[in-house]
Formats: sequence, structure tokens, C-alpha cells
Amino acid sequence: MHIVVCIKQVPDSAQIRVHPVTNTIMRQGVPAIVNPYDLFALEEALRLKDQFGGRVTMLCMGPPQAEEALRKCISFGATDAVLVTDRAFAGADTLATSYALTSAIKKIHEEQAVDLVFTGKQTIDGDTAQVGPGIAKRLGWNLLTYVSRIVKVDLENRRIQVERRAEGGVQLLDTTLPSLITMLEGTNEMRFATMDDMLRAARFQVRKWNKDDAGIEDVTKIGLKGSPTVVSKVFGPTPRSEKADMMTVADTSLNDVTLNLLDKIFTQ
Amino acid sequence: RNLELPEHLKSYKGVWVFIEHDRGQVHSVSWELMGEARKLADKLGVQVAGVVMGGPDEKLDDFAKEAYAYGADSCYVMRDPVLKGYRNEPFTKGMTDLVNQYQPEILLLGATTMGRDLAGSVATTLGTGLTADCTELNIDGTTRALAATRPTFGGSLLCTIMTLAYRPQMATMRPRTAPMPRRDDSRTGSITEATLGMVETDIVTKLLDFIPDANRNTVNLAYADVIVSGGKGLKNPDNFKLVWDLARVLGAEVGATRPVVQAGWVEAERQVGQTGKTVRPKLYIAAGISGAIQHRVGMESSDVIVAINTDANAPIFDFAHFGIVGNALQVLPALTKAFEARLAKQIRKVA
Ligand SMILES: Cc1cc2nc3c(=O)[nH]c(=O)nc-3n(C[C@H](O)[C@H](O)[C@H](O)COP(=O)(O)OP(=O)(O)OC[C@H]3O[C@@H](n4cnc5c(N)ncnc54)[C@H](O)[C@@H]3O)c2cc1C
Ligand SMILES: Cc1cc2nc3c(=O)[nH]c(=O)nc-3n(C[C@H](O)[C@H](O)[C@H](O)COP(=O)(O)OP(=O)(O)OC[C@H]3O[C@@H](n4cnc5c(N)ncnc54)[C@H](O)[C@@H]3O)c2cc1C
Repeated sequence: MHIVVCIKQVPDSAQIRVHPVTNTIMRQGVPAIVNPYDLFALEEALRLKDQFGGRVTMLCMGPPQAEEALRKCISFGATDAVLVTDRAFAGADTLATSYALTSAIKKIHEEQAVDLVFTGKQTIDGDTAQVGPGIAKRLGWNLLTYVSRIVKVDLENRRIQVERRAEGGVQLLDTTLPSLITMLEGTNEMRFATMDDMLRAARFQVRKWNKDDAGIEDVTKIGLKGSPTVVSKVFGPTPRSEKADMMTVADTSLNDVTLNLLDKIFTQ
Repeated sequence: RNLELPEHLKSYKGVWVFIEHDRGQVHSVSWELMGEARKLADKLGVQVAGVVMGGPDEKLDDFAKEAYAYGADSCYVMRDPVLKGYRNEPFTKGMTDLVNQYQPEILLLGATTMGRDLAGSVATTLGTGLTADCTELNIDGTTRALAATRPTFGGSLLCTIMTLAYRPQMATMRPRTAPMPRRDDSRTGSITEATLGMVETDIVTKLLDFIPDANRNTVNLAYADVIVSGGKGLKNPDNFKLVWDLARVLGAEVGATRPVVQAGWVEAERQVGQTGKTVRPKLYIAAGISGAIQHRVGMESSDVIVAINTDANAPIFDFAHFGIVGNALQVLPALTKAFEARLAKQIRKVA
């Protein structure tokens, strides 16, 4: 079984600060991590590899330093890693991102036929959940979003059955391979890296592909040029104009505070 | 990069809303979007249409009537046995064909598991821009383009995104982000019937079963009128019972912050915020909650926010309407008692 797992390197949003004057993200010193949602995709892929044998190829589009994120995934047990990196990809929106990643997946598919592509549910920075559906559509493969459980894989008959989270319930879907799965969070727990894999990761040569290596056919479809969305304005949330109407328990009795609050709520 | 709208796309007119339904009911997010679509269309001087797709034995005509009541001028209705129960393949084809034939300038969908799945596929097939999880939709004065605003980096920043040189302009919005529009049952509209042109054997993916959630009808946080939420400031699950007590007296739902959910004090369905639910109740009581941006984006549209916190400088007081600086372990029971007395008095008055 050959599985491709797409991961994005993102700034650790727990440590993101916004510049109070310029309203820009202060990235300096903010550690970059593997998008947390993507780890559920990776773990699920590794479990399939444990069960069926085969390879897990990691794929990431990003700046050269994203190599670190891929190396992290190798330490968990992934087989191979490709970093698609080229200035020409800068400024990509989701449409341009899915185009570039699809080209790279086709290249990987030429090396060895791919059975499944995994992505995370969404990222913690762009946060659109659009790249997975975009890749599936471009590959013409079946799209399975918000998968909460892989029920069974039948490699012989090339079929897969999954549970997919829907509003108010779960869909049980049956389809063919190859498919693209976007994995729901909280569905599994990432394994610990073994000492062997950590050592392998430290020496691992991540393959770096520029736009030609990635097989990009139409350069007008990548990067800023290939992006239909235009960010026209970035700004901070508006603070509420009036401050909260404050009451302090230490100053007045608890009883007075609660009665006072109730009067105010009921007159609203 | 080309930012001019090419000549052949200038004829794209009108605002569309995808009417999402499942097992006989339209998802409220579709009507919330209808309200927003009406405002956008009025600014542009164009019409609003709903897109209703489903099986021949589903109440699609009733959904169309509801769509008119919430602001649509017309509906495109596609009935086909393969459209019963959502699947990506037939819905993407149906929606894409409709767009290519009738050419709307704007297409809005709910940011639900169905809407996001469909929107991403449709936008890719059409090669157009899609803005995710918007909190505000407007029309840009100079370009007449859709100006879609969305929070990023967990709400610490907002950005406005436009699709200038492609049509349609697509956007998704989360449930409860926009208010529910007023319903006017005297409004009517026209139906355009459309055909899908696909048979079951064309479709690879089979929907074998739908397993409804066990607690489906018990937790309905997004649409609750009153919510009492508790945070890590309550210290332990035992103290968290005080939140339930107050909620019971108020007939309210119970909400929580992410750390509370992660600690296992309540179910994940009760998480309010960026990675939980967006809520807009009439009254939101936040006890022992600091008011982090990721929590704030999920509840700041509540009509009245009451915050109880020991720290007078807690960020939650920056956007609460009423603040009580005090120990929630004392204030919550006091509120429970006071509300109980007040509500009993009101009931006596009515009786
Ligand atoms: C503030 C901000 C707002 C944005 N808003 C929009 C918008 O509304 N519409 C739009 O089209 N673009 C938007 N973008 C651009 C978008 O973030 C980029 O296109 C990004 O490259 C991919 O989108 P995402 O982060 O939303 O990924 P998602 O679609 O949320 O990611 C889903 C999955 O796809 C995979 N994946 C995503 N990116 C990569 C990658 N580079 N390499 C490998 N795998 C990947 C991962 O498995 C991930 O879990 C925005 C960007 C920013 C910074
Ligand atoms: C990617 C990402 C996504 C996230 N998504 C969400 C989300 O969807 N929802 C969410 O809620 N959070 C989310 N978070 C977490 C968020 O950043 C905050 O950590 C969280 O909201 C804080 O929870 P809290 O207010 O319960 O706890 P704390 O921040 O620990 O605050 C506890 C508060 O209780 C007060 N307190 C202490 N004792 C008492 C007392 N006896 N009486 C009254 N007050 C008292 C304290 O002064 C303090 O203000 C997310 C974080 C990340 C990084």
C-alpha cells in the first residue's frame, strides 16, 4: 500500500502575537510546528502501513525550513518525504496550493502507484479546510472528508469503507481506491517516536522539488498569480466601545450584587 | 496578476444560497445566509436564488417556499434519486452545472461538514476563489465585488478577501455567525426545475448508512437562548456542577472552554469557540473564563454577556456587558438562588 500524507508547517498559534500598531503577525521567535490536525492523518496512515505493509510518503509545500516538519514525520515512522519548495509558489491561495500539491502527487504516483492520500481536517493558520477537497477534485479521486474511522480496506477488490462525520450523525460510506481522506481530529493518538526512527530522521535526506521537479505544467496556476482570492485588508478585532458594567463582590454584599445584576438583565 | 474582471464574466448576476437539508429539515445556517444574501443583493440591485437539491420524495417544494419566506426571489430545484443523502460527486456535478448554466455572481454555503465539502469541490471545478468561514459579508463600493471578512490565526486578526477576476465569488459562513432573518410567509417566488443527468451506476461512492448521534437532541448549544459556561477557573469537575445548577434553573444549555473539555469535565459538543461552536444566545453567563480570543470569537455576538471572574483585569471584561469581580464558587449559587426566586415570582404573576 502506498499512502501520501500532506502536511503543512504552521506557526505555533498558541504563541502567536499580533503587533498592536501594524496589525501584522509577529512571526519572529514563534516556533514552527507540524499543523496539529495533520498528525491525525499521519497516525492513521501509519496504522494502515502497520496493517498492510507498504510506504508512507510525506508531502509538504513550503519554504526550505519546512524540511524540519517533514523530518519530524519521519521520526514517527513515515518512509519518505518530499518538500515542494520554490519562490514561484509564494502567495498561493487554496486553489493554487491544491494545483501544486496535485502535480507533486502525480509525480509521486508515477514513481509508485498511490492508493490513498491523507490530509488533515484543516490548518490552524489558513484554517479553510479547502485544500483536501481541491486535491481530490483535481486528481479525480473520491473525496472522503471529516473521516472519523476507517472501517475496512479491501486491497484486493480496491475498496474502502469509512465513517464520515456529518451534521447530527455519521455517514457510512463505501468507495473505491484511490481516494483522498481528510481525517477528523481526536480520532487517534500519535505514537511515540522510536529511537531508531529518531536516528533515521536526523540523517534523513528530504527530497526537495522545485516547480519543474514537481511537474508543474501551467505556471500561471501557481503562487500569487494562480490565486483568485485577493487579501484586501488585514485588521484587528474592534474593541467594544463601552466597558462592561462592573460590580465587585468585595465592595458590596453578594446578595446586592446578584439582585442588582438580575434587575439589569431583566430590564435589557 | 490580473485583477480585472474579464468581459465574458460581467454577465454573471445574482446571489445564490445553497439550501442544506438532511432528513427532512433545512439547516438554519441556510436561512442565516439567506438573510445576508438579501442584503448583498439589495446593495447590488440583483435577485436572490436558493438552490435546493434532493431526492424526489423529499419536501423540496416546502424548502423552496421557506426560502422565499426568508428572502429568496426564486429557487433552482434539482430532484433526483441519487441526490438523496449528501454525497460529494452528484452534488458537485449538480451545483457546477447550475452555476455554468445560470451564472450567479455570488454563491454562499454554510461552513458545515456538508457545505465545506461541497464548496471546496465546486470552487476547484469552476477554478474560482472561495473564502472560508466568513464572519461578515459586504459589497465593496468601488469594485462591486464581494468583500468577505474572516478571522485568522484563531481570531487574533481579521482579513477581508475579494475575488476580483473570477466568477462566481464563493464564500462559506459558520452557523450562528449571522442573525436569523425575519420570516415573511407572504413572500412568494418562482421555481426553475433542473435535471442532474447522472444515474446511480455513474456514482462510485455509496452511502450505506446514516447513524444519528445519540445526544443529537440533548445538546443544541448553537441555537440555545441562554447558555451558562464554565472555565478552568472553577478548578475541578465537582465545582463545575454549580454551572449545571444555574443552567437548570434558567432552562439553559451548558457550555465550556477548551481546557475544560480537554480535562474531560464535559463533552466536546459543549465547547464554545474557534475550534468549538459559535453561539449567539440572548444571555451568555461566563464563569471562571479568562476570555481568550479563541473563546471570544465563538460567543461575542451574544445579546447579553455576563462574566464572573476573580481577576478584575481578565480580558473577558473587555467585551462582557456585565462583569462581576468575585469568586464564581460563591456567585454561581447566589445567582441560582436569586434567579429561582425571581422566576418563581414571575410564574406566580402569570398564573
Ligand atoms: C490569514 C489567511 C487567510 C486565508 N484565507 C483564505 C481563503 O479564505 N481562501 C483561500 O483560498 N485561501 C486563503 N488563504 C490562503 C491559504 O491559507 C493557503 O492557500 C494555504 O496554502 C492553504 O490553505 P489552508 O492553510 O487553509 O489549508 P487547509 O485547506 O485548511 O488544509 C487542509 C489540509 O491540506 C493540507 N495542506 C494544506 N496546505 C498544505 C501545504 N502547503 N503543503 C502540504 N499540505 C498542505 C494539510 O494536510 C491540511 O491539513 C489564507 C491565508 C491566510 C494566511
Ligand atoms: C488553536 C487553538 C484553538 C483553541 N480553541 C479554543 C476554543 O474553541 N474554545 C476555547 O474556549 N478555547 C480555545 N483555545 C484555548 C484558549 O486559548 C484558552 O486557553 C482557553 O479559552 C482558556 O480557558 P479558560 O478561560 O477556561 O481558562 P484560563 O485561561 O485558565 O482562565 C481561568 C480564569 O478563571 C479565573 N478564575 C480563577 N478562579 C476563579 C474563581 N474562583 N472564580 C471566578 N474566576 C476564577 C481566572 O482569573 C482566569 O481568568 C484554543 C487554543 C488554541 C491554541
